[in-house]
Amino acid sequence: MSTPTVLDRAADGAAGAAAGLRITPTWSLGSRRAMRLVERNGRVYFRMWVIFVSGFFEPLFYLLSISVGISKLAGPVAGPGGHLISYTAFVAPALMAVSSMNGAVMDATFGVFFKLKFAKVYDAVLATPMDSGDVALGEISWAVLRGGIYSCVFLVVMAGMGLVHSPWAALAVPVSLLEGFGFAAVAMATATYMRSWQDFDFVTLALMPMFLFSGTFYPLSVYPSGLRELVLATPLYQGVAVIRGLDLGSPTWSMAGHCLYLLVMSVAGLMVASRRLERLILK
Amino acid sequence: MFPESPLIQARALTKRFGSFVAVDGIDFDVAPGEAFGFLGPNGAGKTSTMRMIACMSPVSSGTLRILGMDPITDGPNIRRRIGLVPQEDTLDLEMTVLDNLLVYGRYFDLPRKVIRERARRLLDFAQLTDRANDKVDPLSGGLKRRLTIARSLISEPELLLLDEPTTGLDPQARHLLWDRLYRLKQQGVTLIITTHYMDEAEQLCDRLVVMDKGRIAAEGSPRELITRYSTREVLELRFRVDDHAPLAAQLAGLGERIETLPDRLLVYTDDGESAAKSVADRGLDPVASFVRRSSLEDVFLRLTGRTLVD
Repeated sequence: MSTPTVLDRAADGAAGAAAGLRITPTWSLGSRRAMRLVERNGRVYFRMWVIFVSGFFEPLFYLLSISVGISKLAGPVAGPGGHLISYTAFVAPALMAVSSMNGAVMDATFGVFFKLKFAKVYDAVLATPMDSGDVALGEISWAVLRGGIYSCVFLVVMAGMGLVHSPWAALAVPVSLLEGFGFAAVAMATATYMRSWQDFDFVTLALMPMFLFSGTFYPLSVYPSGLRELVLATPLYQGVAVIRGLDLGSPTWSMAGHCLYLLVMSVAGLMVASRRLERLILK
Repeated sequence: MFPESPLIQARALTKRFGSFVAVDGIDFDVAPGEAFGFLGPNGAGKTSTMRMIACMSPVSSGTLRILGMDPITDGPNIRRRIGLVPQEDTLDLEMTVLDNLLVYGRYFDLPRKVIRERARRLLDFAQLTDRANDKVDPLSGGLKRRLTIARSLISEPELLLLDEPTTGLDPQARHLLWDRLYRLKQQGVTLIITTHYMDEAEQLCDRLVVMDKGRIAAEGSPRELITRYSTREVLELRFRVDDHAPLAAQLAGLGERIETLPDRLLVYTDDGESAAKSVADRGLDPVASFVRRSSLEDVFLRLTGRTLVD
């Protein structure tokens, strides 16, 4: 037997004990075991597939309304490469980015909050070899999977409508997964701070303007400088810019920057979510 | 004292939440195969101790060794070998009874085939086979508790932690659970039980500690504790008076100790019948008088007091 580790740190103030002592390794970012939680969610949704499928329709309806009606009123617009494209072709890739965001955020906020506060699912999970990093990674992966399925189906629908303009569009799939990861990670971290269902109004408050103003429906050039930089900084804009550029066949190096943004968002969200779960449950 | 090295060893084990000390430097050992109990009123530190053993709460100070490992560095490896039945059921309400077992087994990295086979046996063991495909939420408290115990056994743990396993259950459900826990003990599973039910502790525990205000007030087998802290029998006397206190003086000298309660007097003695006779000899005429064996409850109340904790 190894020599006993005597931990004797004075608890200073209410946060002292919680802050100083831990039973999972510093910054556990999850392991392969995280997939067990993905299995769990898959099993639950297998019996609720209607709910799963329903999440796909919102962006699809937007796309249909634009292609059937609005595009007849709006003339051709300048795409990322400068050449003129139909308004539907301009909006479609942005809606793919939106569907990835929606799919990822739903489970990572509502789902996580319900399991954390009411169903006590994580209390049970953390009594097994799984640790807080596994739970965070598992939930985020599930949300990414959901968002990813939505955006893939969306891409197929786009292709069917003749809205895929370049083979580069294939890369839109991994990018939408990365975007979904970023959103899911930050959303899950946020959900751990929620006190009641009322707090979810803030989620809608953040998502709705992002959906409307992040260059989804019109190019960034309509904004005056100042406002333009603000939109440039939103997470959804990163996904919209890259997916639109790829779909319309105009890849640029700036896309690496957008992807880096989403990567940082993913890692930071995962770290915070993991640490918060530990604080809340393993106290 | 133990032929084998202890399964759990705690020295000066302490748990603090801010300035509140929930567990105040306790020492104990649990031997393999033993049924060990933590008995105590609410807020005595039982659950905090249990959570530290379950590697779900970091030790504030002192040492804790579980299966020879340190929970700080080996949490997942320890948790792999223990089963936890928490105070409040944490069943997955979005799934069926069977799915609860199947999914929980996967958290332990067990192959699906193994889990399926164990789940079948455990449903049988917990008498839940005909409820396998029912949703969990509408089940009664007793059924949920049995499922929680079945779930904790899916990994075939060497050590089973039960935090107030029968609180809130009806007598039938309690006796069925006790029977199941007794069978597990027969199979060599080490049990750690927290409870504030004396009959539960007497039924299930080989050895127990009485906890009060974060400390261990006494340790031993149920029988040892009764011998040490109480008498063999208790004579309970009820008189037709509003206040029993003045009568206590007239009983002086009877038994080892007399306790005055608002509605009755308790005479702790090794021979209840002769004490009752002496009461009559002294010209006292109780409305009710009966002799009972001393129980763990007498020990418990003596050690932790009769004042309500919360």
